Amino acid sequence: MSLLTVEGLTVSFGPQRVVRDLSFTLDAGQCLAVVGESGSGKSVTARTLVGLAGHGAHVAARRLEFAGRDLTALREREWRGLRGRRIGLVLQDALVSLDPLRTVGAEVAEPLRVHGTVPRPLVPQRVQELLADAGVPEPAWRASQFPHQLSGGLRQRALIASALAARPELLIADEPTTALDVTVQAQILDLFAGLRDAGTALVLISHDLSVVARLADHVAVMHAGRLVETGPAEQVLNRPRHPYTRSLLDAVPGAHAKGARLSAPPGTGLPPGPDGCSYAASCPRADDDCRTFLPSRDALGSLCHHPLSQAAAATYARPVAVTVATDPAPPPTAAPLLEVVSVGKRYRRADGADHHAVHDVSFQVAPGETLGVVGESGSGKTTVARIALGLVEPDSGSVRFGGDRWSGLSERQRRPRRLRVQAVQQDPLGSFDPRWDVERLIGEPLARTGAPRGRARREQVGELLHRVGLAPELMRRRPIELSGGQRQRVAIARALAPEPDLIVADEPVSALDASVQAQILDLLADLQRELGTALLFISHDLGVIRHISDRVVVMQGGRVVEAGAAEEVFTAPTHPYAKELLAARSGGGAR
Amino acid sequence: MSPVDREVRATTGPAPLAAAAADAALPAGSGSAPGTCPASESGPEPEAPSTAGAAVDPAPLTGTALPAVAASASGAGAALRALARRAGGPGGLLAFAVLLLLVLVAAWPGLFTSAQPDISDPVHAFLAPSTAHPFGTDQLGRDILARVLYGARLSLLLGAGSTVLSVAAGSVLGLLAGIGGRWADQALMRLADVLFALPPILLALLTVAVLGSGTSNVMLAIAVAFAPGYARLVRGETLVVRRSGYVEAAVGLGLPRPLLVVRHVLPNALGPVLVLATVGFGSALITASGLSFLGLGPQPPAPEWGTMLSEGRNNLANAWWTAVFPGVAITVTVLAVGAVGRRAQARFTRRTAR
Amino acid sequence: MTAPTLTRARADARHRPLLASRSRAVLGAVAQRLLGAAAVLLGAATVAFVALQLIPGDPVTVMLGPGNPATPQLRARIRAEYGLDHPVAQQYLHYLGRLLHGDLGESYQLQQPVAHVIAGQLWPTVQLAVLAMGFALVLALTAAVTTAGRRRAARAAVQLAELLSVSSPPYWIGIVLLTLFSFHWRLFPVAGADGFAALVLPALTLALPLAGVLGQVLREGLETALGQPFAVTARARGLSDTAVRLRHALRHATTALVTLTGWLTGSLLGGAVLVEAVFARPGIGALTLQATTNKDMPLVVGVVLLSASVFVVISTLVDLLYLLIDPRLRRG
Repeated sequence: MSLLTVEGLTVSFGPQRVVRDLSFTLDAGQCLAVVGESGSGKSVTARTLVGLAGHGAHVAARRLEFAGRDLTALREREWRGLRGRRIGLVLQDALVSLDPLRTVGAEVAEPLRVHGTVPRPLVPQRVQELLADAGVPEPAWRASQFPHQLSGGLRQRALIASALAARPELLIADEPTTALDVTVQAQILDLFAGLRDAGTALVLISHDLSVVARLADHVAVMHAGRLVETGPAEQVLNRPRHPYTRSLLDAVPGAHAKGARLSAPPGTGLPPGPDGCSYAASCPRADDDCRTFLPSRDALGSLCHHPLSQAAAATYARPVAVTVATDPAPPPTAAPLLEVVSVGKRYRRADGADHHAVHDVSFQVAPGETLGVVGESGSGKTTVARIALGLVEPDSGSVRFGGDRWSGLSERQRRPRRLRVQAVQQDPLGSFDPRWDVERLIGEPLARTGAPRGRARREQVGELLHRVGLAPELMRRRPIELSGGQRQRVAIARALAPEPDLIVADEPVSALDASVQAQILDLLADLQRELGTALLFISHDLGVIRHISDRVVVMQGGRVVEAGAAEEVFTAPTHPYAKELLAARSGGGAR
Repeated sequence: MSPVDREVRATTGPAPLAAAAADAALPAGSGSAPGTCPASESGPEPEAPSTAGAAVDPAPLTGTALPAVAASASGAGAALRALARRAGGPGGLLAFAVLLLLVLVAAWPGLFTSAQPDISDPVHAFLAPSTAHPFGTDQLGRDILARVLYGARLSLLLGAGSTVLSVAAGSVLGLLAGIGGRWADQALMRLADVLFALPPILLALLTVAVLGSGTSNVMLAIAVAFAPGYARLVRGETLVVRRSGYVEAAVGLGLPRPLLVVRHVLPNALGPVLVLATVGFGSALITASGLSFLGLGPQPPAPEWGTMLSEGRNNLANAWWTAVFPGVAITVTVLAVGAVGRRAQARFTRRTAR
Repeated sequence: MTAPTLTRARADARHRPLLASRSRAVLGAVAQRLLGAAAVLLGAATVAFVALQLIPGDPVTVMLGPGNPATPQLRARIRAEYGLDHPVAQQYLHYLGRLLHGDLGESYQLQQPVAHVIAGQLWPTVQLAVLAMGFALVLALTAAVTTAGRRRAARAAVQLAELLSVSSPPYWIGIVLLTLFSFHWRLFPVAGADGFAALVLPALTLALPLAGVLGQVLREGLETALGQPFAVTARARGLSDTAVRLRHALRHATTALVTLTGWLTGSLLGGAVLVEAVFARPGIGALTLQATTNKDMPLVVGVVLLSASVFVVISTLVDLLYLLIDPRLRRG
């Protein structure tokens, strides 16, 4: 008998059903990964399994059993006996998932005290053992600290230690590594792998297929509350049957050659009926059947009228965009567009100490090329972006743009050339004046270039919107009324408006869902090919950087530790940190 | 004293907490701060309109029109529904209606009562509420309903005048501090610190002690008492806007500084303050009528709610109505303006918040 | 040395300097706040001095009160006595010097030292304020903890009560309470300052608007905290809803109160002026009103300085308390 059996689980908030007819089973020592994008219902599923679906949630299921007990019949008091004792829960960001006003030790001890699994005098000792088991060095000292005093990785370990304190048989982890840097992420995943091998059952909720690939025995793919495909990890990740799964896999950047398209070909856009397949509007294979009713699940666990055939899926070749001759990086003899020469920047920290945000950083961007800057949090990459944009003045070194001085200028001197360098930020919403509609937002840079007012300008805005794949009807919308992907497209249109030579994009896709990220990356690649704008692309995501860059700069602790052509850096890194970073990303996995 | 005053003062603390406190001042419908989605995930594509737009609740009025007039009423009904939607539901519509009524009363009190507010009739002193005198009569036999209605003008004028003065002064000082450079900022904010150490009533009393009592002096006194709060708020907003992504984007477009300030900083920094001022009107009205109650505002024969309360306080033993109805008028006014202000605020946050 | 003791020793070695640096940071924070407090007091004294200078007319006439004809000789003597014939800057320094010695001057009206007058009226107001604060906290905490994020009907009712209490003039609340409890039901005395019974209604009057505001802020804080991931984590450990409220969320909610300290102190002192008028009680509020009406400036200035001092002392204490509640602020 399975440890956890879910059959026909439906969770609704009022009329809205966020989880629909979900079924799976899980055995001890197994890991089930639930994969989906935001709004797919995966987090609600995780919380429903510990009886915390939330205020106003209605939970119904044909069967919902854990270790032989019917969970649907449990009273709150009985749930309390299970939570933390037999089912543990780990959430995303330990900075907010551990009570910031209590010590780490108090948080880890809480399940022990609640369930009384350890005699009180022994609790401090047990807390230290738990922290040590979770890989926290010097547990006695760490237990006396507060969450904000620990690094992200240690915090996450402490959170895991608190979830494991009463030795639950089932651990549910909701995006447990999403907030972490790649190298730390790898360590945490190893910790989970150890748990699974020791017999704990694991439900891993994630949007990140590379995380899933390293840990999962089974994969369940959710879309709009429904399980669209489920099966052994090896099968789902290598021979997907459902077009949605396939689009998710295709959207992973860096797994394929530069120039490959990431986003799926557009679907019909026709909305499905209430009983139709929720993916029908975006699905290239959808027909009227798809829009009206759902098929029954096939033997291989896919919920699709037109699954990809096994043979096709097994040998599926990626649709490659207009096979651009992968031009070697422009010859280094060409005059660089942006030239950064050993710049340094110090900040005064709150405690008065000087902090080197960047130190002796040099690189060049040639006209029309993409330079990727990759690094973990605190590596100084954002400061580099701001220096390139002329928003931060370096303390040492110099920046030249288009052959002329770009650092050490007064704002008055810099102003006339500002339109030649434009920015795309991670948070497009914050970069828009909230009172303005899209037309005015994109019109502002046009006005700066001296474009005529009135209808002519409106037409220009329309053209720019078209260029970034948006309908002209959106002109009247305010940014708050747009989706995340639309906002980023508007931000790109605004950056393109003055026809700049260089666009500096700081983490432009890291706040987006995988499929949206794929669309934006494709858009940037297309635009660059058409317009020849140089791109300084900053990201923490190695896959994204590998996908989009001609050349790559790897930063660590404010310094450049590795630089070179993208393929060289990614296939044969020389610096130990770059090696570690790449190993963390690609380690293990079914792919 | 009431919420706004607190809201304004709440900005003394660390910024995020001040924001939380300011949010807390929206007790009804506003709920928790909307749209604080985690940055890690975003709205689903393909290009679904964000839910923020859909969050405007339609709150339709229940159609009670008779079938016979339904056809002609449908136009008016639709207009009313649209109005209710804009007002933020039936509650908001009620608040708007009360507010409109108050303004009418203040402008033409004679439309609502035939009695005169200042004609004494000692024979009919201390009459309990009846059909002839719905709110009863006072110690001089004057009709209290008439006095409450005629008092609206002076009371509303006190509240509105002092609010306008304090918001204007506060905005100018706050903007100066926010964009005028380090020195101006330091000087103005240290002054605000000092004024914050004194409760508004005491500041107002100090001002009255210097200037003397009377209607216009009370107005000035309230303005002095509340201006530091608005100044601090405007300064905070200005700094937030100055550090915002969109101002940075505008710098990146090479916008000259004056244009930048006029086009992006001023409107975005002043918007929330003007909205908050509607809520602030309530505190100003309560404090102003408090000064009148203490005998420092408009002098007795003039009908003013605070002054009437002060007279009524002496008649509590035998005529409770003399002191209860003017207070009801104040509370209803504060509630109505507050409700409208909070709705404006909710709309504003919905439109601009992340 | 065995391995565990070695680890412990190393942990201790790192622990101690950390503690030291933390207490140094706290000391620094304390010093900074004390300095700020002194600056605010100096500022308040200066504001009061400026207010004195701004009074229109001859200060001597103001001092003597209306209808008190004085010979030029007497006027000259008063001028000399108060240093009014010196330049303003010198008067200012003289005034600060006197303040430093605790000399607040003499009340024009009462012909007594201001410090003496204030001290005589302090106790009734302190009683009133402390009891009101107690009432307000109990009411607000009960309302917020029991209704935050649950029980729709009860929550709505409590919210309405809070809204009413913050939208009504406090003196009118006093009048209504008087009408009901003193005149109608005759449960409490109408006026006066004798005994606890006479204190109940005034304290309640002062407490209700306070409770309304505190309740709103506390509930908002609780609801925000309960929506945080750490609250979900705590419940996922098997804690009951009430335990999460009391052990986790309440502490977060109280930090929101800290920003209100200034408002609270001000509201108590300012409210006292009105409440003491409604209930005909003696106290600092009544004294302030009397001084304002009579333009007894030394007394007004005395109350202003008292109020600023109370504010400064309380907000400094609360700031330090805040450091204890929230470890994240303990960084230097």
